[in-house]
Amino acid sequence: MKLRISNRRLARSVGGDIFIFMIIFAMAAFMALPLVYTISQALKPLNEIFLFPPQFFPRHPTLDNFSDLFLLMAQSWVPITRYLFNSLVIVILGTAGNVLLGSLCAYALAKHDFPGKGIINSAILLSLMFAGAVLLIPHYLTMAYLNWIDSLASIIVPAWGATLGVFLMRNFIDHMVHDSLLEASRIDGASEFKIWWTVVMPIVKPAWLTLTILSFQSLWGDAGGQSTLFIYREELKPLPYALSQIIGGGVGRAGVAAAVTVILMAVPITVFIINQSQIVQTMGTSGITGE
Amino acid sequence: MSYELSSNKGSLRTVRTAGRMRQIWSQIRANAISYLFVAPFLLVFSVFVVLPILLSVILSFTYFNMVQPPSWVGFQNYLTLFLEDEVFLIAVKNTFLFAAITGPLSYVMCFVFAWLINELHPKLRTILTLLFYAPSISANAYLIWTVMFSGDAYGYVNGLLLYWGVLDKPVLWLQDPTWMMGIVILVVLWMSLGVSFLTFIAGLQGIDLMYYEAGAIDGVGNRWQELWFITLPLMKNHLMFGAIISITNSFAAAGQLQALTGNTPTDWATWTIMQHLNDYGYVRYEMGYASAMAVLLFLTMVGVQRLAQRLLAKIG
Repeated sequence: MKLRISNRRLARSVGGDIFIFMIIFAMAAFMALPLVYTISQALKPLNEIFLFPPQFFPRHPTLDNFSDLFLLMAQSWVPITRYLFNSLVIVILGTAGNVLLGSLCAYALAKHDFPGKGIINSAILLSLMFAGAVLLIPHYLTMAYLNWIDSLASIIVPAWGATLGVFLMRNFIDHMVHDSLLEASRIDGASEFKIWWTVVMPIVKPAWLTLTILSFQSLWGDAGGQSTLFIYREELKPLPYALSQIIGGGVGRAGVAAAVTVILMAVPITVFIINQSQIVQTMGTSGITGE
Repeated sequence: MSYELSSNKGSLRTVRTAGRMRQIWSQIRANAISYLFVAPFLLVFSVFVVLPILLSVILSFTYFNMVQPPSWVGFQNYLTLFLEDEVFLIAVKNTFLFAAITGPLSYVMCFVFAWLINELHPKLRTILTLLFYAPSISANAYLIWTVMFSGDAYGYVNGLLLYWGVLDKPVLWLQDPTWMMGIVILVVLWMSLGVSFLTFIAGLQGIDLMYYEAGAIDGVGNRWQELWFITLPLMKNHLMFGAIISITNSFAAAGQLQALTGNTPTDWATWTIMQHLNDYGYVRYEMGYASAMAVLLFLTMVGVQRLAQRLLAKIG
């Protein structure tokens, strides 16, 4: 029996669809406004940025701000590629570790029964609600003790212990992976590690794709500000830090600053688009159909 | 005699503890594979999350200026907060007001928009997700609002309203207590489609379509019934997750508020607990006092989370 007609579900009225579309697009326009503004600002020559009354779109669009930025970057005594390299190392290693360690732990928490599980679960839940700001000093002491001050490890390794990831992965594994599927794999003689990698992880792909974005973005944007606290050597600083130094030059650099904002946003947006388009609705593939 | 008795007790206890230890050890061995799965994360988690949290709870009972070693003061920090620190009490009031509005609203927005765009074609969905999520993608996109609401005639909002003749002189949007809180709430809501929004989308995409087909057979007639009887119950885990994110974001808000209304907002109109905490921790270097605020904030959030959990249990 075929109940679904093309991609539309039953129980939908055309009027409701139109109403919903209108809300979505009005909202999307409002949300996109500042994004468009940021880009348009970066394309304005300096004299237009301070024009009164303010103009939303540039009259004489130019790429001068970007070429000025590249000129300034070329003058920096640590090559800009070095900052970029640091950022990539932080983002890639930090995100990979966060997703892997988080998923491993989440699988055991969601599908195994063992003493201590309850305590771990509540510790994870509670730690989400403690203000991270006061933890910077204890963090600093730990880093000094481990001798990790002035090393990228001081940013990468703590990212692996980020609680959000484990919590998110546990919810998804708990909810999307059927126990009967795990039982069947165990009867087939698969090891727990193999089950985790070949059965669980493919099913919860939407979850780890989402976690990848969240982790990527927070590390890329240097959300915790660790790069200023734990890293003092200029050649180990990440890209956002270097760019913020460039735009610290005052009003005269307003155009360059707008270009910096666009560049810093472009990277996560690109990753985001590639990533989100991989998330597609499960159609009876998540485990057992016809159950 | 009494000596004998006590030594007897002691040996009994050692036998018992030895038995316990053996029992625990055999349990650990029986569940070795589970512990192997959780161990790498737990190690990092303990060192970089649990340990610092425990340290700051201890610090909250001390005076610690980050130069001299901490000295024990008992509950003094907590007493000072409630009895002597007037600005803290203002911050508490502001935080609750701010959280009461932005928390539930941002939560509902995250779910409603995730739900609305869920059924669209994947390409269109990706673009809309990006647009909705865009404000939180760049860490400081909200600074655009400081230009929009700038208090002089160069601010976009003032510029337009002057141009249209609605105003005859510029309004100090971010310095006038009448407007400050409202604008801050607007901006925070604007950028609230973040972590929970993405999680809800992934969660909705993860719901097996067969549940809806089964629902249709069982007589689910329209999309509201579908939402209430099928989607929401299946999303319970994710709804709890989203609630926690909303609670932490709204109670611990500081950065956006400070960027918009400055380090010393007029009449403390947008001053929150988290800003007060940062001020004492990293400007005045009173880490013990700041930690006491963190502990109080934590207890508040745990309380609200328990409440949210009870409310969510009623779904479906």
